[in-house]
Amino acid sequence: MIENREILLNDPNSERYLVNMGPQHPSTHGVLRLVVGIKGETVDSVQPHCGYIHRGIEKMCEHITYPQIIHLTDRMDYLSAHQNNHAVCLAVENALGVQVPERVQYIRTIMDELSRIASHQLWWATFGMDLGALTTFFYGLRDREKILDIFEESTGSRFLQSYYTPGGLMKDIHPDFQKHVKEFLVYFRKLLPEYDQLLTGNVIYRARSINMGLLSKEDAINYGVTGPSGRGSGFSCDVRKHKPYGVYHKAEFNEILRTEGDVHARYMVHMDEMRESMKIIEQLIDNIPAGDFIAKMKPVIKLPAGEYWQSVETARGELGVYIVSDGNKNPYRMKFRSPNLSNLGVLEKLSIGHKIADLIAIGGSMDYIIPDIDR
Amino acid sequence: MNFSFYDFTGFTQSIDQALKASMSPFWAVTIELVLVGVSILAFYALLGLFLVYWERKVCAMMQNRLGPNRVGPRGFLQTIADLIKLLLKELIFIKNADKLLFNIAPFIVIIASFMAIAAIPFAKGLHAMDFDIGIFYILAVSSLGVVGILIGGWSSNNKYSLIGAMRSGAQIVSYELSVGLTLLSVVVLAGTMQLSEIVESQRDAWWIMKGHIPVWIAFVIFLIASTAETNRGPFDLAEAESELTAGFHTEYSGIKFAFFFLAEYMNMFIVASMATTVFLGGWMPLHFWGLTGFNEIMDFIPPFIWFFAKVFFVIFVMMWFKWTFPRLRIDQLLQLEWKYLLPLSLVNLLIIAFIAMMGWHF
Amino acid sequence: MEDIKIKESIQALCPDALFVENKQFIDVSLPLEHFRKVMEYLKQTLNFNFLVSVSGVDWEKHFSVVYHLRNTQTNTMMAAKVIIADRQNPEVQTVSDLWQTADLHEREIFDLFGIKFTNHPDLRRLFLDDDWVGFPLRKDYVDTVNIVER
Repeated sequence: MIENREILLNDPNSERYLVNMGPQHPSTHGVLRLVVGIKGETVDSVQPHCGYIHRGIEKMCEHITYPQIIHLTDRMDYLSAHQNNHAVCLAVENALGVQVPERVQYIRTIMDELSRIASHQLWWATFGMDLGALTTFFYGLRDREKILDIFEESTGSRFLQSYYTPGGLMKDIHPDFQKHVKEFLVYFRKLLPEYDQLLTGNVIYRARSINMGLLSKEDAINYGVTGPSGRGSGFSCDVRKHKPYGVYHKAEFNEILRTEGDVHARYMVHMDEMRESMKIIEQLIDNIPAGDFIAKMKPVIKLPAGEYWQSVETARGELGVYIVSDGNKNPYRMKFRSPNLSNLGVLEKLSIGHKIADLIAIGGSMDYIIPDIDR
Repeated sequence: MNFSFYDFTGFTQSIDQALKASMSPFWAVTIELVLVGVSILAFYALLGLFLVYWERKVCAMMQNRLGPNRVGPRGFLQTIADLIKLLLKELIFIKNADKLLFNIAPFIVIIASFMAIAAIPFAKGLHAMDFDIGIFYILAVSSLGVVGILIGGWSSNNKYSLIGAMRSGAQIVSYELSVGLTLLSVVVLAGTMQLSEIVESQRDAWWIMKGHIPVWIAFVIFLIASTAETNRGPFDLAEAESELTAGFHTEYSGIKFAFFFLAEYMNMFIVASMATTVFLGGWMPLHFWGLTGFNEIMDFIPPFIWFFAKVFFVIFVMMWFKWTFPRLRIDQLLQLEWKYLLPLSLVNLLIIAFIAMMGWHF
Repeated sequence: MEDIKIKESIQALCPDALFVENKQFIDVSLPLEHFRKVMEYLKQTLNFNFLVSVSGVDWEKHFSVVYHLRNTQTNTMMAAKVIIADRQNPEVQTVSDLWQTADLHEREIFDLFGIKFTNHPDLRRLFLDDDWVGFPLRKDYVDTVNIVER
């Protein structure tokens, strides 16, 4: 791999040629650009070119206050907006030593899991599209709408919610929140088997995904592949289990691990995680304690000088927030360890030797969100 | 029992005689050619528009959507609006494309499908040409389309187009074999290649009922292989939206794109009408042995309605494939053909030949 | 305690290592010349096999690169820092041969801080254009067009 990393020009005498996939391409899910070297149909090098949606969020963070940063984190991994907010909030709260009301922790955990389900639904929808099964897209979006409705009701926004704030929540949940979440769980439990009927059992799907893009556990760790992709390779990397935050320690759930490490394993991890998330929500939804929705915070949040790290489990892996504070109201340096950037590094290794169609399937199974790579 | 008023032979012959009586044979033939050409052209355009609309409705139904419903009643005029849009769109010329081939490719594709339609019997006496070798003719003409696709993909000077075109070439050359062999199996049973006679041989019952299980197998293989031949459904590797953006027609715009688009639907119609003619009795009504009353009621339904009902059923099945299955990969696609379908259809043809020789079919 | 053992072994390897007060995990500051040796030791002997994150920090007088490491068996986490005093031509050895994931992370830091990672297989800008002038995440970076001071 490293040998053919340099950009090769088209040599008329070799059968190898370069294809630019992206930044406008239907299945790079955004503005990722891959320079793919192919021989016939076989991929022999993949070079990601990032930065088409680089907004300099880390630089912007150095100029704004902590509550303002929340709104930027939404825009990184936009499908895990709640979890991204959660990471910054936890980092700030832990640095200040603020005890967040239990009600807030419950609501945050439920919201996180809801957005994990929504994200996996959209992943399933687009993954099917990548494989050419166009109907999956509408099935996935149909059910995702229900979750977005729940979000809209409580947070006022469907997509970039910015619902958490250091110390608690922007506003309390809607009175119907619990009722609607329970309705959704009943609804989705009934419809999740449809997903399996449409795609999981399909013979073409299985031929396309089993033994495709094999990633061993050692490589997953070495390349820092976390989230469903890492767990599909048997890398136990669920932050919710290893370093529980919110009220994950009160809920009983399994960390989904599979050992195959192929596209199908990653697929099954996504599917099973949706079930586990529903299990978590079911355990918590009736027990939301009464109380304040925000802890008493100072009007201007200043972190004591020092360095702080906080990991949360987003829908795509471990999001790390690294804050260097010099005691001011804005961070001295803010770094987001985005799961997708690490996951991107392994794409070339996985897809070399496979066909172009497999590159798309493997890329789809890794679940890239480009704004999260670029930040 | 035969309803002679559903027979178009007399109608077409009377036109022929009237023309020949009033002018010289040369002009009569010329006018006949123009008449046939215009009516096929009109039929082609209308059918294309309808198929696009119908595909969108079927796809919407399968995807829990409504589909087009704003332009005209139930969105019926949507495709006409789309056509006008495509006609008005700018034709973008690619700087380093091979101009002649780039421009000629859509016409080759559309002419190939146009020629194939000429031989299809829509009802008794209602076809432009009744060849002795109708099946052979249709196979030959419909595989011309791939030449247009290859030329279009190559001349666009685009890597996606090139990959798509090469895929399409490999795919159609392979699946042609299965299509040919499965059609041959009915030719063996019917003893003729003339389409009208194949239909005629199914007067008592369709081949799919008369030919035991081997004809069923042949029918299923034909459905799969012909779906692949039309570059549709799970076999749309030449276009492969998620891999190659639009495959061989990436660089085409406006009406030239519409030609490719239209040709795809017409090819679907052609293979569906071949399946209908060869396996499902063409325009013959549904008959069962012994049920005379039922058979007579079926006879009342005009033959072209039978024909189109069967064709649209087959097209619906092909749409169903497309909107349900994920796409195959190119090596799996070729494996499916060379390792499974081709040997199977060869063996199947042998069995059918044996059945025909022993006279075991009905 | 596990933490104390790790600290002692790092101290034995590199006497100049400076342990910073941190409530969350071990936080060690390494001088440039011992950096590579300690990182190899952390990976190979102490089994910190998961490089979580690589971050650059501009301290105005010097740069530092922060490596967050995790041992996936014990789930111990630690941060190792390397101090780069040379602002004009900052250089540090790569760790992308130890942890493959460092490849992209180091390219990101090269892109945004201008810190060169020697022996990196493919050190190019990751996000910005190849002809971009300057390194935006440095504190002295001036961009009159895109950054509005407030």
